[in-house]
Amino acid sequence: MSQTIRFLLDGREVQVGGLAPTTTLLDWLREHAGRSGTKEGCAEGDCGACTVVLAEAHEGRLRWQAVNACIRFLPTVHGKALFTVESLRAADGTLHPAQRAMVECHGSQCGFCTPGFVMSLFGLYQTQPKPDDTALADALSGNLCRCTGYRPILDAGRQMYALPAPHSAQLPPPAWRNDPAAEAALLTRLAALDDGEALRIDHPSGRYLAPCSATDFARQYAEAPQATILAGGTDVGLWVTKQLKPLPLLLHTGAVREFAHAGEYRDARGNWLEIGAAVSLETAFAALLREYPEATELYRRFASRPIRNSGTLCGNVANGSPIGDSMPALIALGAEVVLRRDQQVRSLPLEALYLDYRKKDLAAGEFVQAVRIPRRPAQAGFVFRAWKVAKRQDQDISAVFAGFALRLEDGIVVDARLAYGGMAGIPKRAAGAEAALRGRPLDEAAVADARAALAKDFQPLSDMRASAGYRLQVAQNLLTRLQLELQGQFPTRIHDEESRRAAV
Amino acid sequence: MQPSEAVDLAIPADHVAAPAVQGAVGSGLAHESAVLHVTGGATYIDDQPELRGTLHAAIGLASAAHARIRRIDLAAVRAAPGVVAVLDAASVPGLNDFGPVVHDDPIFASDEVQFHGQALFAVLAEDMRAARRAARLAQVEYEPLPALLDVDQALAAGSRVLPDAHLRRGEPEAALAAAPHRLAGSVRHGGQDHFYLETHIAYAIPQEDGTTRVHSSSQHPGEVQLQVAHALGVDAKDVVVECRRMGGGFGGKESQPGQIAAITAIAARLTGRPVKLRLDRDDDMVLTGKRHDFRIDWEAGFDDEGRLLAVRFMQATRAGYSADLTGAIADRAMFHADNAYYLEHVDILSHRCKTHTVSNTAFRGFGGPQGLFGIEEVIDAVARHLDLDPLAVRKRNYYGIGERDLTPYGQKVEDNVIAELTAELEADCDYAARRAALRAWNAASPVIKRGIALTPVKFGISFTATHLNQAGALLHVYTDGTVLLNHGGTEMGQGLFTKVAQVVAEELQIDVSRIRVTASDTSKVPNASATAASSGADLNGKAAQQAARKIKARLTEFAAAHYGVREDQVVFRANRVHIGDNAHRDGGNAAATGKAGVPLSLSFAELAKLAWMGRVSLSATGYYRTPKIAYDRETLSGRPFYYYAYGVACSEVAIDTLTGESKVLRTDILHDVGRSLNPAIDLGQVEGGFIQGMGWLTSEELCWSDDGRLTTHAPSTYKIPAVSDVPEIFNVRLWERGINTEDSIFRSKAVGEPPFMLALSVWHAIKDAVAAAADYRVAPQLNAPATPEEILRSLTEARQREAEQRAGAAA
Repeated sequence: MSQTIRFLLDGREVQVGGLAPTTTLLDWLREHAGRSGTKEGCAEGDCGACTVVLAEAHEGRLRWQAVNACIRFLPTVHGKALFTVESLRAADGTLHPAQRAMVECHGSQCGFCTPGFVMSLFGLYQTQPKPDDTALADALSGNLCRCTGYRPILDAGRQMYALPAPHSAQLPPPAWRNDPAAEAALLTRLAALDDGEALRIDHPSGRYLAPCSATDFARQYAEAPQATILAGGTDVGLWVTKQLKPLPLLLHTGAVREFAHAGEYRDARGNWLEIGAAVSLETAFAALLREYPEATELYRRFASRPIRNSGTLCGNVANGSPIGDSMPALIALGAEVVLRRDQQVRSLPLEALYLDYRKKDLAAGEFVQAVRIPRRPAQAGFVFRAWKVAKRQDQDISAVFAGFALRLEDGIVVDARLAYGGMAGIPKRAAGAEAALRGRPLDEAAVADARAALAKDFQPLSDMRASAGYRLQVAQNLLTRLQLELQGQFPTRIHDEESRRAAV
Repeated sequence: MQPSEAVDLAIPADHVAAPAVQGAVGSGLAHESAVLHVTGGATYIDDQPELRGTLHAAIGLASAAHARIRRIDLAAVRAAPGVVAVLDAASVPGLNDFGPVVHDDPIFASDEVQFHGQALFAVLAEDMRAARRAARLAQVEYEPLPALLDVDQALAAGSRVLPDAHLRRGEPEAALAAAPHRLAGSVRHGGQDHFYLETHIAYAIPQEDGTTRVHSSSQHPGEVQLQVAHALGVDAKDVVVECRRMGGGFGGKESQPGQIAAITAIAARLTGRPVKLRLDRDDDMVLTGKRHDFRIDWEAGFDDEGRLLAVRFMQATRAGYSADLTGAIADRAMFHADNAYYLEHVDILSHRCKTHTVSNTAFRGFGGPQGLFGIEEVIDAVARHLDLDPLAVRKRNYYGIGERDLTPYGQKVEDNVIAELTAELEADCDYAARRAALRAWNAASPVIKRGIALTPVKFGISFTATHLNQAGALLHVYTDGTVLLNHGGTEMGQGLFTKVAQVVAEELQIDVSRIRVTASDTSKVPNASATAASSGADLNGKAAQQAARKIKARLTEFAAAHYGVREDQVVFRANRVHIGDNAHRDGGNAAATGKAGVPLSLSFAELAKLAWMGRVSLSATGYYRTPKIAYDRETLSGRPFYYYAYGVACSEVAIDTLTGESKVLRTDILHDVGRSLNPAIDLGQVEGGFIQGMGWLTSEELCWSDDGRLTTHAPSTYKIPAVSDVPEIFNVRLWERGINTEDSIFRSKAVGEPPFMLALSVWHAIKDAVAAAADYRVAPQLNAPATPEEILRSLTEARQREAEQRAGAAA
C-alpha cells in the first residue's frame, strides 16, 4: 500500500501526500502547485476552462487524453503524466504550435477559456497528425468560449500543424508523439512510477482505495458496500464540487488491470464485445463503432471529448440515469451487464438492471464489472439507429434519446427493440410500439400504430430540457424518421453530413 | 481639443503618411495579452497570490421568490468548521444598497425577500469550501407573499419598477385606420445569461486609516468605488478599486459587481483581514441579473408594397425586483424600435415591469436587440402577408438619404449607409439565386426545410445618459522613452487596451511594445464611466490621444527651443524625432540644422531624457467628451447618439421538422466599423457578437420553476453556442469603404454591441424555414429562443393554421 500520490508533471516526478482524496486536480494545481493558468469556469466539466492533458502507458505507447481538471480527483492522476498550459512554452520562450497558432489567429479575447482551448488543441496535436474539421471540432467540443465565436480557434487548430514542430529540447518530453526517443523516455519514467502497490489514502475527511486486481476490488466493495465507486468521476466529481458532499470511502476502478479490458468475449450464446468497468467512453466507443458505425452520432453527441476521455461506459450504465445516453442504444442492441459481488458473478439483460427511478437490481456490494454487447448480427436486414435530440449539438443532455434495432426479413419486421431515454424514470423499451411493428412491413400504417402505442408506453415528465408533450411528439417522430430514412428518398437529418452538404 | 478640421472622408493624413511603427492604428495587432492568455500567464483576480490571512466568503441565498422573513437562524452557520464571521444586513456599516441609479438593491435582504436566490447573508471562513458548506446551513422561515414571476402577471397587476414611457410621432391611429392593410401580433423573446467564463469575483484588502483597496472584476470600477464607499459609510477617497482584466463582461459586470465588492469590503473592514469572494457558477447565474426579456405587442398599417404607414408597439419588459439599469435599457429598446426603417407615424409604449425575479441588467446591446426584434418581426409578418420577399420589404422601408431620415425621437440619420451595405452583401452572397434554389430544394424535401434571411442593423452609438459620454486618461513618459498609459476603460477581452495603446503609438510614433497599459484604477483616472455602450475605444481612445498630444506638444516645444528650429520642423516618426526638415535642408535652408552640433534625428527615448533634463513635465492627463449629443429624457427627443453603426447579415439554416432541431449552414456578414483601429480585433467582435446573438435566439433558454426558482443555472442546462454551432460557411467582412462621418477616434466606429444583432438573420432564416414547413402560406408564430421544442411547436401550429385556411378556402 502506498499513501503517496505519484505522477509526472512536465515529465518530472511529483509526490503528494496529506490531502483529502476528493481534492480536485484543479484545486491542487491552483492552490498547491502555484499553477493558476488552469481556470475554473463551472466546476462541473461543462466549460473546459480547466482542461489539462494526461498521458499514460497503453499497449506500449503513450495515450494522450485531454480531461477536465475541475471534477477529477487528484489521486486518479497517480501513475500518469500531467501537462498543463504552463507546460507547453519552451524554456527559451518559444510557444508551442497550439499556443502560437492561437496568438496568430486571434483566438483569445478575454483569455479565460484560452488555457483550456490550448490544452484541447495540444491533446489533438499529440494524438492526430492531420485531423479533418470534424475531428477538430470534436477535440474542442468540451470548450466553451463566450467571446470569439470559435472561428479563429478553429483556424488555429488547422494552422498549428503548419507551424514548426517543437523539438525535444524545447518541450518537456515527449515533444511530439512521433518522436520515438522522447516517447520512450516518458514511458520509462512512467514505468519507474509504478511500484506495483495499490494506492490507499487515509485522510480525516475520507479514505481512498485503488486496488490493482478485480479480486481485491470485489472483496473490498463486498466488505464495504457503503463505499462510493469512483470510475471516471464525471458524475461523482460534481457531488463534491456542487453538492459539497463528504465521501468517506472511495473505491476507484481505474487501477484494476482486468477492468481495462475492451475486446472480444465468447460464451455458449455467441460472440460479444466486452467493455470493462474502467474502460473510458472514448475507448469503448472506438470498439463499438467498429461494430456499429451507426452509433457515430451517439459517440459525438454523448459528451465532450474530455468527458469521454474520463468517463466510463460502465459508469454511465451503473449510474442508470433516465437521461443517460448509452443505455437506450445498448438495450436496443441486446447488451448485458456483468454484475459481481465478491466472487459471485452473474449477467443480466441491461434493461433488467433498471427497476425504477434510480433503483437497480444490484445487491449491496454488487457492482457492474463489464458490459457485453452482441457482435453485429451477420444476417441481412439488420437495422440499428441511435438518435439524440437536445438543445445543442455538442455536450448536452438529451431531451429524448432513441435506440432502435430491427430485423427485417423480406420487408417484414421480425424483431424490433425500441428503447428510449428521457421518456421515463429509467431507460426503457417501448413494448407497445415494438409489438405494433412486429410482423408487419415498416410502412406508414405500422408506424402510425407504433406512434399511438408510444403514448401508452410512456408518460414523460416536463422539465427545463423539454415538456412532456414535446418528448412524446419527438419520440413518435423518431419512428417516422426511421421509416422515412429507410425509404431513403430525401434527407432526414440536419446533423448528417450528406444532407447538410446537399443543403449548402 | 477637437481638431476643427472639416469632415474629411479620405483616410486621415497621419494614417497613411506614418511609416510603420509596430502596432500603429489600423494594424491587426494581436491582443495585448494574447501571449499571456495562451501560456496561462494572464492574471485574473483569483490568480493573484493570496495575502496572509485571507478569508473566503460565500453568500447565503434565499429560497423563496417573494416572502417575509420570519426568522433566520444562523447558529449552525456560525458553528460550522472554519467559519470566522457571518455578515447580514445589520453588519453593513453604511448604506445597505448597491443600486446604480435607484436605491432599491439591498446588498443583503433584511425582512423581505424579493427573488429566489437573493442574498441574505455572507459567511467568512478560512477557506472557500468551508464558507460554501456553511452557507447552506442556515435555517430560514418564510411567510410567503404573492409573487409576480413574468411580464404578463406584472402587467395584469400594474406592477412597475419605473414609470411607463411613451414615444409618439405623427398620427398613428389615423394612419393605421387609413392603411390599405393592417396586421397585429404579439411576440416574445427570452432573457440571456452573460456566461462570462470568469464568474463574479472581488478581493478586498483593508489598508491603513480606514482605507480599502478592492480588486473587482468590473466594467465600472468608478461605480464600484462609490458602491463600496456607501456601503462602508466612508468617502470615495478612502476606497480604491482596481481591475486589470475580466474574464468576460458583456454588460454583466456593469452594475452587478458592486454587491460582490461591497460584501468583501465590509467583511475586510469588519475582520481586518483580506477577503475574497468568488461566486460558484450556479450561484452567479442565480444571483446576478441577465438580459431583459420582452413581450412586444404590435400593430402595423402598410401599403401593397409593404411600406409601413403606421406602427404601434407595446414593449413590456421584465425588470425583475429592482430598477438597476432598466430605465436606460428600456429607453434604448424604444430608440431601436425603428432599426433601419423610417417610421413616419409611430407610437411606442414602454412598460418596465416589476417582478419577483432577479433584477435584469445590462447585456451587450442594452435594449437595442430587443427593439430590433420587434420591428423585424413586423417587417417579416408584413412580407409574408403580402407574399413578398422580406428583403424587398426591408429595403423599401429603409431610411432615406436626405429624405425620410428623421427617427421617431427626432434625430436625423446623417450617416446612412444601410442600402449600400445591403446591396453589396446581397450581391456577394448571391441572395436572390440562393433563395430561389432553396425554395426549389424545399419543395422536394418534406422533412428537412431550409430558410434564408438577410437582415440589417442600425445601432446608435453613445450612452443615452449624456453625462456618461466622457473619459479620462493618464500618460507618463519615462526617461527611457517608454510609456505608461492608464485610462478609465476596462479590459474584458474586447481589446480596448490594445486599441488605446495603438492610438498612443500612432500619436507618439513609437512602437506599441514601448507602451504599457496598466490596470484600470480609480486612483489613477477618477469618475470614469462604465466600459459599456460600445464606447470604450471611442471615449478612452480620444482621451488617451489628447494626453499623447499634450506630451507631444511639450516635447515639440522643447525640441524647437533646444535646437533652435520652428515647431513644425520637429517631426515624430517611427520611434525617432526628426529635427529640422530634410527637404528644406536639401533646398539649402540653414535653419534646419539649428545650433552647431545639432543632430538631425534622435530617438524618442533620447528626446524624452533630454526634455526631462530640461525640466519638462512628461506626465499628462487627457480628457474627452462626446460633442453634439443632447437629449431630453422627459420628451425622449433630441440627439442621443453621436453616430450610427451599421451592418448586414445573411444566414441560411436547416430545420428538422420531426425534432425541431436547427443548424446554421451559412452566414455572410458585412459590417461597418468605420476606419478600423484594429481589423483583427474588430473582426473578432463582429464574429463573437454574432455567435452570442445566435445563442440568445436559439439555444439559450432560461427556465424558472413555478415557484420562481431558476432551473437553468449551470452550463449543463443552459446552453450557450459551442464549437459545432458555428455556421459551416462563415464569411465575415469589415466594410472596406466604411468611415465615420463624425470625428471619432481615427474615424473608427464602435463595434462591441452592433454585431450582436446581426444574429437576427438566423432568427428570420429559422422563421423562413418554419414558413416553408407550411408551404409559405402562413406567417410563423415563433418566440425566442428557437429551441427545438419551440420550432416544433411553431411549425405544428403553422401547419394547423395552413390546413384550416385551406379548409376554409375549400368551403
